[in-house]
Amino acid sequence: MLKIENLTAEIDGKQILKGITLEVPAGEVHAIMGPNGSGKSTLSYVLSGREGYEITGGSVTFNGIDLLAMEPEERAAAGVFLAFQYPVELPGVGNANFLRTALNAIRRARGEAEVDAMQFLKLSRAKIKALQMSEDMLKRNVNVGFSGGEKKRNEVLQMALLEPKLAILDETDSGLDIDALKIVADGVNAMRGPAFSALVITHYQRLLDHITPDRVHVLMGGRIVKTGGPELALELEAEGYAKVAA
Amino acid sequence: MPAVAETIETVQSAQEGGYKFGFETKIEMEFAPKGLNEDIVRFISAKKGEPEWLLEWRLKAYAMWLKMEEPDWAAVSYPKFDYQDAYYYAAPKNRVAPKSLDEVDPELLRTYEKLGIPLREQERLQGIAVDAVFDSVSVATSYKERLGKEGIIFCSISEAVHTHPELVKQYLGSVVPQGDNYFACLNSAVFTDGSFVYIPKGVRCPMELSTYFRINAQNTGQFERTLIIAEAGSHVSYLEGCTAPQRDENQMHAAVVELVAMDDATIKYSTVQNWYPGDAEGKGGIYNFVTKRGACRGARSKISWTQVETGSAITWKYPSCILQGDDSVGEFYSVAITNNRQQADTGTKMWHIGKNTRSTIVSKGISAGHGQNTYRGLVKISPKATGARNFTQCDSLLIGDQCGAHTVPYIENRCATAKVEHEATTSRIAEDQLFYCRARGLNQEEAVGLIVNGFCREVLKELPMEFAVEAQKLLAISLEGSVG
Amino acid sequence: MNTMVTGAAAFLGRFEGLRERLPGGRTPWVAQLRADAAESFRAQGLPGRRIEAWHYTDLGVLAQLGFTEALTLADEAPALPPARAAHRAVFVDGRFAPALSQLPAGATPLSQALDDMEGRLGALAQNLPIVALNTMLFEDGLVLDVPAGVDAGEVELLSFATHAGRAIAFHPRHLIRLGAGARLTLIDTSLGEAEATYLHNPVYEIAVAEGATLSHIRIQREGRSGFQLSTVLAAVQAGGTYDNFTLNAGGRLVRNEIHVALQGPKAACHMNGAQLVAEGQHADTTTFLDHAAPDCPSRQTYKTVLAGRSRGVFQGKILVRQAAQRTDGYQMNQALLLSDDAEINAKPQLEIYADDVKCSHGATVGALDEAQLFYLRARGIPAATARAMLVEAFLTEAIEGVTNPLAQEALSEAISGWWQKEAV
Repeated sequence: MLKIENLTAEIDGKQILKGITLEVPAGEVHAIMGPNGSGKSTLSYVLSGREGYEITGGSVTFNGIDLLAMEPEERAAAGVFLAFQYPVELPGVGNANFLRTALNAIRRARGEAEVDAMQFLKLSRAKIKALQMSEDMLKRNVNVGFSGGEKKRNEVLQMALLEPKLAILDETDSGLDIDALKIVADGVNAMRGPAFSALVITHYQRLLDHITPDRVHVLMGGRIVKTGGPELALELEAEGYAKVAA
Repeated sequence: MPAVAETIETVQSAQEGGYKFGFETKIEMEFAPKGLNEDIVRFISAKKGEPEWLLEWRLKAYAMWLKMEEPDWAAVSYPKFDYQDAYYYAAPKNRVAPKSLDEVDPELLRTYEKLGIPLREQERLQGIAVDAVFDSVSVATSYKERLGKEGIIFCSISEAVHTHPELVKQYLGSVVPQGDNYFACLNSAVFTDGSFVYIPKGVRCPMELSTYFRINAQNTGQFERTLIIAEAGSHVSYLEGCTAPQRDENQMHAAVVELVAMDDATIKYSTVQNWYPGDAEGKGGIYNFVTKRGACRGARSKISWTQVETGSAITWKYPSCILQGDDSVGEFYSVAITNNRQQADTGTKMWHIGKNTRSTIVSKGISAGHGQNTYRGLVKISPKATGARNFTQCDSLLIGDQCGAHTVPYIENRCATAKVEHEATTSRIAEDQLFYCRARGLNQEEAVGLIVNGFCREVLKELPMEFAVEAQKLLAISLEGSVG
Repeated sequence: MNTMVTGAAAFLGRFEGLRERLPGGRTPWVAQLRADAAESFRAQGLPGRRIEAWHYTDLGVLAQLGFTEALTLADEAPALPPARAAHRAVFVDGRFAPALSQLPAGATPLSQALDDMEGRLGALAQNLPIVALNTMLFEDGLVLDVPAGVDAGEVELLSFATHAGRAIAFHPRHLIRLGAGARLTLIDTSLGEAEATYLHNPVYEIAVAEGATLSHIRIQREGRSGFQLSTVLAAVQAGGTYDNFTLNAGGRLVRNEIHVALQGPKAACHMNGAQLVAEGQHADTTTFLDHAAPDCPSRQTYKTVLAGRSRGVFQGKILVRQAAQRTDGYQMNQALLLSDDAEINAKPQLEIYADDVKCSHGATVGALDEAQLFYLRARGIPAATARAMLVEAFLTEAIEGVTNPLAQEALSEAISGWWQKEAV
């Protein structure tokens, strides 16, 4: 589904990604683990198309299509979802309006019929219930005044509504208490299936207790230095990055 | 200031209340004839043995000044100052440039001691180099030798004209041109002395540099000119203090300060201005019309102005930064108090020209008695200043119902990627705050002093420590009689 | 070569030529009022940038034109938008159009009611050059009285400028008075034909008595070659409320001055507005809030969005007089720059002479937040839609104060109309 080949990227002339090669087949969940400054967030932003990153080499294809040539919204429509490490606050933009606009934009791009306000309400209520969230969330402005946990839950709600093919979870576990962590993990696990892949980017192993990855990649210094099964995450937790990577 | 705490108390106890620095030093003075004309300009220049180019520069300024009109846009009102009824040059008599402090008139040394500025190095608690300007001329500069070892030049500007003419010629008027404004123009024609600082490339000035200005003689205008140049990678912190005797008539003080910071250089300029504010009925006091401006010429340079303005009958002063270098930084931290009949119209200009330039403005105005206090500031973003940022916080505090607090910020933005934020509040000391303090045993004045100091905290913390202590005491003294 | 008389001289020339024929030209008090205004205007001229209050708005373009009077026949019916409220007063090129209007009770065109307006017309006028220009040359306007205790519901005031083939000027004078406890929502729209070159110079004198509430929604959509210089002069008595919302979305150069005096205890004022400024436009909102009595709250929120090569100005002064203890004043103005060629100048101002007050103002200037834009796009929302959403969100705070459904409707139409035309 996602194929990254020898990807290099820089910010302000400083090389951050130094040749990443990685493949996430359909239906698999891969974890990328790495210490601070290893390039984890850069990778997630490059995959979702944020400005300010210069791709200096390599390629990324998503189901055979050149992902890097697409605008951020085109990537979203194609089924790539980035769960932000720091979800952005949008004062004055109602959450329901935001979600419906996003859902309809994606549906339109896919050639599907748009949902009207009533249908949307029904759909979103069902998802909210499944995720054990408060309906209040729809009435508030996007992420404004949300606690850290609420913001992350909102990300999961968006993922559930937009039904992506590939979810990239950028440090979604940071700042979450155990209950919130479980909600996030349940949200991802609920979506697992043959047509859904995920790239879980994290510093710690604890999210991986709840979302068991098929593969674990260790990212250090802008390169994947090691790849293994779920046991690699435990090894990293126990022995630290330096030792495992050595 | 060193030993400020004790000094203030000593001076305070010596006075019968009111202004604490209102004594006059009896010393023989030499004056230029009263009035202002081309001959006076020539007289001043000749007295100082200036080179021809500087005389020409002064005369050009004088010619410009004659054609200018006194500005009237500030929110201050005062009777027209008679420029012909003042002395433009006054100097302690029989003065040969002192080679060491031993040659300085002992009466002068005593004056500065009384002000809390012992010029004798051995008496000093902190290592602060001082240039003392008495009426029109610099009387003493301490720690010269030690600074010289680092290549730092710290002397009076008159001396610099002779010893480093190329630097003076290059930079004088390069930040504040002669015709910049009415008062700066007047200063350019008749400036008598001031400080000169040059910090060579990469040097971090090992001590605070300080100038102490004192107007002593009657009917005298003081027009000092200060020039500070910080070469690439250098760092300097400069302090300025001012006092004057208590007199019934108004005296003019029109200073010009020019700062130049090259790549990666930092200049921190702190002022505690305590000129005589006039009496409770508004009689006397200094007219303080000052032009202070810094040019951040180099990339990543920084100029930081901190001022505590408690004195003067009228304050007209806008220390500014021209942020030319990319990533350069301008700061302005100000406390201004007006009590009795004092009027202050003060603020800053931050002119963003370079990319990613940043500026911060924090202004605290306190009005008491019949005081009128205006913050006036301009944040200007040029089209090329992409990524520029400004944050402005302007707070006013009113004590009593006869005073006024005014806020006049101007924002001019021509760059889409710039971000400007301005916040201003006006309030009074809340009854419950006062009551809380008094319930803990403070009297009314102490409580007000405490709350006012809290209100000014963000600015006071920017002052060098020795100054901060003095400033806090000054705040309390300035507000005396405002509550009751 | 034919030298055209322009600027202030053209207006003064017109006054000299017309003075007898202007409404009330032979009525002594009107003639005197006009003569005094002409004297004041002659002395001040069209304000220049050297006047502090006009520093950011240059009337140079306007001063180069020689405006003449409109020759429109009032019953020529232009294509007007359908009426929203039951009552509507329509002015075409400044003249009352009876065939297009359905006046409510208590409403009369000024041209017919002038004789009864002695002591009322000009009562709130200040010595401002633009007001003097109006007083010198006004021909018509709306006189609207809502008696004490009456809720007059919604009334529409519509000004429409036609294309005359030459520059025309009209100076309507509107006198609106609410008796004690009365209520009114005035939906006040200015429109003009795209090619029409004209100056619309309305002056409003608004008196809100004790406990009365006037909600005044101004929607300025002048034609793109039109000029509007408007002045609202409002006085609010104890417990009364004057709310003004002004949308500036049209015109070539527009200045709205709003002067509100809170003259009785617990009088209130909410002034909000949005300026949508696109290529070639200049929009200026200047407010002056005079707190003259104790215990008055005031709230102001202004938002300016700038696209293309355009210029926006916000000046807002809050004056708190010594008597106005326990004033609670708040003002926020924010600008959003969508283009590298746009310019915003802001001057909020506090002038305070009372000590027991709570006053604050804030100002921000910035571009659309890149992180917000990316967040929306990462959720699949196309860039143009995402920008529109963020601009709409930016305006929300100013617009949410308008609660009347008819006014809301008019407003959202105007805003989405602007966005569709000027979307960037």
